[in-house]
Amino acid sequence: MKAVVWQGTNKIGVETVPDPSILLATDAVVRVTSTAICGSDLHLLDGYIPSMEKGDILGHEFMGEVVEVGKAVKKLKVGDRVVVPFNLACGVCDPCQRGLFSACDNSNPNHRMAEAMYGGVSGGGLFGYSHIYGGYAGGQAQYVRVPFADVGPFKIESDLRDDQVLFLTDIFPTGYQAAENCNIVPGRDVVAVFGAGPVGQFAARSAQMLGAAHVIVIDRVPERLKMAEASGAQTINYEQEDVLLALREATGGRGPDHVIDAVGLEAHGHGPGALLDTAQQKLRLTFDRITALRWAIMSCAKGGTVSMPGVYGGLVNELPMGAAFAKGLTFRMGQTHTHRYLPELLGRIESGEIDPSFVITHRAGLSEAPDLYKAFRDKKHGCIKVVLNPWA
Amino acid sequence: MTTNSEQAGAQMTPAERVAYGALGAGLAVLGLRGGHPVQRLLLSAAGVVVAAQAITGRHPVATALKINQGADGEVRVSDAVTIGQGPEGLYARWRDLASLPALMTHLEKVEVLDEKRSRWTVKAPAGTHVSWEAEIMAEEPGRRLAWASLPGAAVENSGEVLFRPAPGNRGTELVVHLTYKPLGGAAGAVVARILGQEPGQQLRDDLMRFKREQELGYAPTARGQSSGRAGAGKGTQEGRV
Repeated sequence: MKAVVWQGTNKIGVETVPDPSILLATDAVVRVTSTAICGSDLHLLDGYIPSMEKGDILGHEFMGEVVEVGKAVKKLKVGDRVVVPFNLACGVCDPCQRGLFSACDNSNPNHRMAEAMYGGVSGGGLFGYSHIYGGYAGGQAQYVRVPFADVGPFKIESDLRDDQVLFLTDIFPTGYQAAENCNIVPGRDVVAVFGAGPVGQFAARSAQMLGAAHVIVIDRVPERLKMAEASGAQTINYEQEDVLLALREATGGRGPDHVIDAVGLEAHGHGPGALLDTAQQKLRLTFDRITALRWAIMSCAKGGTVSMPGVYGGLVNELPMGAAFAKGLTFRMGQTHTHRYLPELLGRIESGEIDPSFVITHRAGLSEAPDLYKAFRDKKHGCIKVVLNPWA
Repeated sequence: MTTNSEQAGAQMTPAERVAYGALGAGLAVLGLRGGHPVQRLLLSAAGVVVAAQAITGRHPVATALKINQGADGEVRVSDAVTIGQGPEGLYARWRDLASLPALMTHLEKVEVLDEKRSRWTVKAPAGTHVSWEAEIMAEEPGRRLAWASLPGAAVENSGEVLFRPAPGNRGTELVVHLTYKPLGGAAGAVVARILGQEPGQQLRDDLMRFKREQELGYAPTARGQSSGRAGAGKGTQEGRV
């Protein structure tokens, strides 16, 4: 089959690789009908997530048709149309039982690597996302092996198009969880979203669905701000305005009640803090560039929430902890517990409350993946979200 | 098990302290002699750190690798895991000594000699094998199991597993304490660790394997799945992004 393969830092290729097969009785094999490139794939491309190996198949946003099931699989059958959460969960451990699927104890066979980096514990495995997260082959391919087939895959029985349900695999629940983590008081709370990439777009729309009185989206890329404006959000271009001042003005000096950092570890930004981050990152004195997180903390209202769907990987310097303490902020973060949002969010799509396909700017076959990774990374050609058809 | 004299990190022998002191001083001198300013700073700093470790007598590599070694040369390893099952079944699984090699991959075999005694064979670094006899020192079903090697063992060792209920119906907390005298002292412990045969790592893997056997009934894996490593070169389209 054809698959998008990591060939080294800043090197992506499309290769012919062996078809996947059932390795455990609880596996299924899915024929992929649609797959997307995620902003977090760019951290792999840029080499910021360690433990990638040449030949790893990328991709964690994918859906398709079940073509094979293992002997122990009970809920899925051949022919089922499914979306597959980007994270793997066993469904039986204590975190899974509590709905904390991304914190699954058992789905990462390489727990030892994550334990060494992250304080003696490992979260669950992820599709196509380095060996620290399990080394599972990803779904930017014609076929994919899906472990824990009775736990992750979620059947789509309505006639919604792939475009409308594909993002249930990651970015829609990720934006939604970020907004839910803010505990928005409907009709009262103002929510600011840093980053108007795909997750930021869904976070802004989710905040609106959860009743935010006003939503403000901050970015620097005109077409991304325009897409956010289309939802009714106010936008701030941080290259044209002093972002902290603009947020104070927009909120009568209070600051947004909740701030969502949908940027993560490769923040751009400007000013001395951003320059210092870049310099320290190049010297390997810091791991993550945190301009967006700094702004989130500095702008957030007293008693507010800083919600972080953006990915962080290591240590950070110059975090304004004093400001966070002085304002009594709450921090919420982490990978998305995708599984638990699927029924509710599918319902919102079916009812017409949201059509997630608004975010798609590019459609192509797998062979164009290397060029589109580049366009997405460099924010060229108006690229916001790429969907690939492995059979085109 | 735990005494007040225990401390993290292994003590260096006097000879090792002299060698590290000399290394530290050498680095510091190199640092002062010139080259790029950053190079000078880094070399001097490294020299001071190494020399300081010689003065405190802590074995720097053992400390960094979290090897916990007492003054008597015994290495202590401990770890814990919570498993979503009741303590009785977990205890029974652990007490079935002959079946333990399925859980602990470094064990070659365990032969049960009588009610209390058993013979253990393990794979040691560099393809060798070590074997010894052990005796059950305490058995409290569902609560605690303790054992110790019998006199004459090549690797003197002892250990215990505690089983206690986790709060909130979360199953059982397993706590394992092991002590052993490594072949070749502190240096042997460091070498074994670097070769990936170190007991702390083995114990962690064994506990997670046990948890997954008990909770899932199988070990999750990504081994054997497709990748570009197997198919490299076939119809490959390369592209620097």
